[in-house]
Amino acid sequence: MIVEQRGWLSAAEFTDLLALCQFLPGPNVINLSVALGSRFRGARGALAAFFGLMSAPMVIILLLGMIYEQYGGLPGVRHMFAGLAAAASGLVLSTALKIAAPLRHKTLDVLMAVGSWAAIVLLHVPLLLAMLVLAPLGILLAARGRR
Amino acid sequence: MSQLPALAWLYAQLSLVAVGGGNTVLPEMQRQVVNVHGWMTGQEFAALYALAQAAPGPNMLVSALVGWQVAGLPGALIATGSFCAPSSLLSYVVSGAWYRFRDARWRRVVQAGLTPVTVGLVMAGATLLTEATSVDWRFAALTAAVTLVLTLTRLSPLVVLAGGAALGASGLL
Repeated sequence: MIVEQRGWLSAAEFTDLLALCQFLPGPNVINLSVALGSRFRGARGALAAFFGLMSAPMVIILLLGMIYEQYGGLPGVRHMFAGLAAAASGLVLSTALKIAAPLRHKTLDVLMAVGSWAAIVLLHVPLLLAMLVLAPLGILLAARGRR
Repeated sequence: MSQLPALAWLYAQLSLVAVGGGNTVLPEMQRQVVNVHGWMTGQEFAALYALAQAAPGPNMLVSALVGWQVAGLPGALIATGSFCAPSSLLSYVVSGAWYRFRDARWRRVVQAGLTPVTVGLVMAGATLLTEATSVDWRFAALTAAVTLVLTLTRLSPLVVLAGGAALGASGLL
């Protein structure tokens, strides 16, 4: 919409900003909105974009949360949420599989991914510590692989 | 109320290690919320996460739901604010510089190096979530079926999530 309807950015500029926001930590969409907003109107643009993106979903999610809190104890509702939660697990699993698929022919990348997974799931390493080791290691391996 | 500083600190940390998007910190969020702070059970966390997935808007809004459970409205605002602010500030500062380096070689190397780590972390989050939601073999089977359907078809995730909720409500599981 930003590219095609408003013409605020070229598609290439948009892709470039998106790459940045995937590279930076934090929720991607939020980062993207802030980066876009600041590009056009500085700090005020960034704030406007942030609140524009967040306020409606925030209200909706809190309403849903209240409903859950109120009726979550009822057996019917509890069963519904158990089904929803199991389906959501499947959603995250399929997301993981989709982003993993392009790596499957690169042995080193597969090892890195499995190692990251094992550090969290099997060894219960706190994420901050894991990232301090895994991120530099991954970048180092990628740098050597390119030479 | 006394939990507000803990919420703020937790989500500010998560914000800065969430390289590759909100889903990468899912395992750490679960570990902190369930095991470290004992704010809720693994299953409750999974239910809130599912709710955030099913609702419109960025799915990192699970932070708002966790905050809400822990400390009401102030908790929801603090948790979401802390989750967004540090990384937003960083993107605000860095987006100009990034544009100038768009062709730099190191930028591609960094991205290539972080991708497998991101994949591993998202997979870890999926594993922990599945552990929590698989209360018995029928729910595990539902998760497996949803994974297959979403991986192999182009069916909308919302339809599939609604289907899961309906199956659960029907009492068939």
